[in-house]
Amino acid sequence: MQIDLIEEARRQAQICNACRYCESYCSVFPALHANRSFADGDIVQLANLCHNCRGCYYACQYTAPHEFDLNLPRALAEVRQDSWKDFAWPKGFGALFDRAGVAIATALVLGFALIFALAQALRPETGDGFYAYMSHSLMVAIFAPAFLAPLFAMSVSLRRYWHSVGGGRVKLADIWAACRSAGRMKNLEGGHGDGCNFEDEDRFSQARRHFHQATLYGFLLCFASTTSGTVLHYGFGLEAPYGFLSLPKLLGVPGGLLLCVGTAGLAWLKTKADPELGAKSAWGGEMAFILLLFAVSATGLLLYAATGTAAVAVLLPLHLGTVLAFFLLTPYSKMAHGFYRMAALTRDSARHTA
Amino acid sequence: MSDNPDIVVIGGGNAALCAAITAAERGARVLILEGAPKAYRGGNSRHTRNFRCMHQGPLGPLVESYSEDEYFEDLIKVTGGKTDEGLARMVIRSSEECLPWMEAHGVRFQPSLSGTLSLARTNAFFLGGGKGLVNAYYRTAEALGVEVKYDAQVTHLEVDDGQVVRVEYHQNDLDFALSPKSVVVASGGFQADTDWLARAWGPAAKNFLIRGTPYNRGVVLADLLDQGVEQVGDPTQCHAVAIDGRAPKFDGGIVTRLDCVPFSIVVNKHGERFYDEGEDVWPKRYAIWGRLIANQPDQIGYVVIDAKSIELFMPSVFPPIEAPTIEALAEKMGLPPAALRQTVDGFNAACGDTSAFHPTELDGVATKGLNPPKTNWARPITDPPFYGYSLKTGVTFTYLGLKVDERAQCSIGNRPVTNLWAAGETMAGSILGQGYLAGFGMTIGTVFGRIAGQEAAAHAN
Repeated sequence: MQIDLIEEARRQAQICNACRYCESYCSVFPALHANRSFADGDIVQLANLCHNCRGCYYACQYTAPHEFDLNLPRALAEVRQDSWKDFAWPKGFGALFDRAGVAIATALVLGFALIFALAQALRPETGDGFYAYMSHSLMVAIFAPAFLAPLFAMSVSLRRYWHSVGGGRVKLADIWAACRSAGRMKNLEGGHGDGCNFEDEDRFSQARRHFHQATLYGFLLCFASTTSGTVLHYGFGLEAPYGFLSLPKLLGVPGGLLLCVGTAGLAWLKTKADPELGAKSAWGGEMAFILLLFAVSATGLLLYAATGTAAVAVLLPLHLGTVLAFFLLTPYSKMAHGFYRMAALTRDSARHTA
Repeated sequence: MSDNPDIVVIGGGNAALCAAITAAERGARVLILEGAPKAYRGGNSRHTRNFRCMHQGPLGPLVESYSEDEYFEDLIKVTGGKTDEGLARMVIRSSEECLPWMEAHGVRFQPSLSGTLSLARTNAFFLGGGKGLVNAYYRTAEALGVEVKYDAQVTHLEVDDGQVVRVEYHQNDLDFALSPKSVVVASGGFQADTDWLARAWGPAAKNFLIRGTPYNRGVVLADLLDQGVEQVGDPTQCHAVAIDGRAPKFDGGIVTRLDCVPFSIVVNKHGERFYDEGEDVWPKRYAIWGRLIANQPDQIGYVVIDAKSIELFMPSVFPPIEAPTIEALAEKMGLPPAALRQTVDGFNAACGDTSAFHPTELDGVATKGLNPPKTNWARPITDPPFYGYSLKTGVTFTYLGLKVDERAQCSIGNRPVTNLWAAGETMAGSILGQGYLAGFGMTIGTVFGRIAGQEAAAHAN
C-alpha cells in the first residue's frame, strides 16, 4: 500500500481526533475517536467505513486555505482505492482499478463479441425465447465460471482485508448490523436524517442516498430474478421464457427499472459533485462502472421488450456481454466497494459489541 | 438591490446571520458585508461548538432542566459579578425560544458526545460544529433573498446627528458607499489586530496566538468608538487560555487546546516551576494559565509529563516531544537540562503517597514542602519516556465593545443612535465583563442578533 497516502490520512485523522466536532455525521468518527493513535490497519478500516458523504468536509473549519488543509473525504477515498488495489487477487489484477474505464470498455466489447460469435456459431436447432439464440447449457457454461471465479477472487481479497484491519471471528450479529446499516444507507443520512452533502456543496439532500438505494435494491431484485429463474429451471423443470406474472419477471422488471433510475441518478449526481473531495484518479472508472450497471439494466429491459422480434439476435449478446463484463470485473471495479463496505461495517459493529 | 438595501449587516458570523434572517423574514431587503473571503466566512462562529440554553424541561438535545437562576449563578461565578444583571437575565430567558428557532432555520444538534465535558444538560452542541451552523444560516438567509458580499471590508460608518448616514466599504480594490435605512454591526472584537492588543496589554501581546479568525481586527469598532459611540468592557483585557505553543498564529481553534497541565509540571524557559498545576480541574483553570503564561519570560511555558500520564487527556493536534531522559527532553525543548533536572528532582522528592490518585476528581494527592506546591494529582515524574509540550497564550476574544440597551441599540451619550444596532462579540462586553462561560457567546449572538434584526427591520419598514 502507498505509505504516503496512509500518512496523509493519519495526519488528518489526528487533527480530527483533537477536534471531534463531526462526531454524529457517520460511523467514521466514533471509530476514529476510539483510538489515540492510528496503525495502518486502522486507517484502512476508516477509509472503507467512509461513504464519502462529505458532511465533515463542508463543516470543517480547517479546510484549505487553512494551513491544516483538511480534506478527509479525499484522503480516505485515496486510501480506500489504494487498499482495493493492494488486496486484489490474483496480484497484478489490482492495476485494473487504475484503468477501470478502459477495462470496462474492453471487457464489454470482448464480452459482446464472444457471446455474439458463440450465438452465431452454436445457434441451437430448437428453443423458445432467447434460448432460440443460445442454448441454456451454453449460457451456464459461460456464466457459471464467470460468476463464481470473481466471487472466489473477491473472497480472497476480503480475507486479506479482514486480516489487515484486525478483524476477529466473524459474528452473525455483526453481519446483520452491517446489513441493516447498508439497507437504509445510514451513513448517508448525515446523522440528522437530512441526507448528505454531494451535488450542491454544503446543502444536505437525500438524492444520493435514494439513488444509491434504487441501485442497490434494483440490483438485488435483478439478482433474485435470475436466482428464481435458476430455481424454476432446475427445481421445477419450468424453463424460460417466463410470462409477465412469473417470479423472474415480477422481480426482474421492477429491479431493472430501479437499477436504471438509480444508476442514471448516480451518474448525474457525480457530474455535479466536486471531484476534489474524492479520489480523482478513480473518477473515470467509477463513472464507467455506473454506466456499465445502467447498460446491464437497460439492455435487460430492452431484451424483454423485444421478445419475439429479430432484435433479440443483437440485444441478447449485448445484454449478456454487459453482464459478463460486470461479473468479471467485480473484484477490480467499483463493484468491489459493496464487499469491502460490508466488511468494514461488520468490523465496526464488532468494535461496539466487543 | 445592493445600491439601496434597507439594512446593511456588517459581519458574517452567527449574530450577523441571525439578524439578517430575522430582518429578511420581516420583509426587509438585507445586505451582508462579510469582511472575510467565502472560505473563511463566519468569523469566530466557525470555531464554536455549542449554545448554552435555559430550559424548563427536556428541549431538543438537552436533558432535564436548566433554570434561569442556575444559569445566572453559573454566569456570575465566572464573571465575578462583572455582569449587567438585567441584560444577562434577558439573554438567559430568551435562550429557551432560540433553540427551536435555530432548528427551524437549519441548525442541527448532536445527540451526545464522547470525550468532552459533560454538558448534555446545559449546552446544545452543533452537528459539525460552528461552521455547520454558519453554512445552514447562509443557506437560509440566501433563500430569503439576503444578499451576501464577501471580501467586503467596512472601513467607515459616517455618524451624523445621531444616525448612521453612510456605510463605506472596500471590495476588490474598489471603494463603495451605501446609505441604508438601518445598520447592524456584528463584526466581532479586535483580537486579530495584534498592534491594538499590544497597545492595550503591553508588548508581551505580540507573542500571543489568536485562536480564532484573522479577520476580527476591530476596524468598525474603533471607527464607532472614535465617533463617540458608547463603549463597554475593559479595553485592556482579553480572554486568553493556555494552548499548544506550536499552534498557528491565527485560527488554530479547538484542536490546539492541551488538557495535560493537571498531570504535569509546568516550567518557564529557565526550567523553573511558577504555579500550582493541580489547583483545580482543567476546564476551570485553562483561562488562568493563559494569563500565567503571558507573565512568563517570552510568554512561553513548557509542560513535562511522564509515561504514566500520556493517556489521561484528550489527544492534541501535535504529537508531544518525546525523550528517554529528562535531560534529553530539555535539550529537545530548548530548556537548560541541569535546571530542569533539578526542578523535576525537587518535585519528585516532594511527592508523597499517590495511592489516592484520581485523574478526574480533586484527589488531594499533593506535594509537601514545595514552593509553589502542587495540590492535586502530584505524582512523581519518573517513568520514561518523558513527554513535553510548549504552552503559549491563545487569545479567544476581547472585552471592549459597543454598549447596547436591551433592544441592541447603540448610543452616543444618553441619546440612541436611531438606526444603529449591535450584536454578538462586538457588544458581548455589555454582559460579560470578565471570564467566560462555555457556549454563552453564541447565546448572546443569537439573542441579540435576532433582536437587532427585528429592530432594524421595524425601523426600515
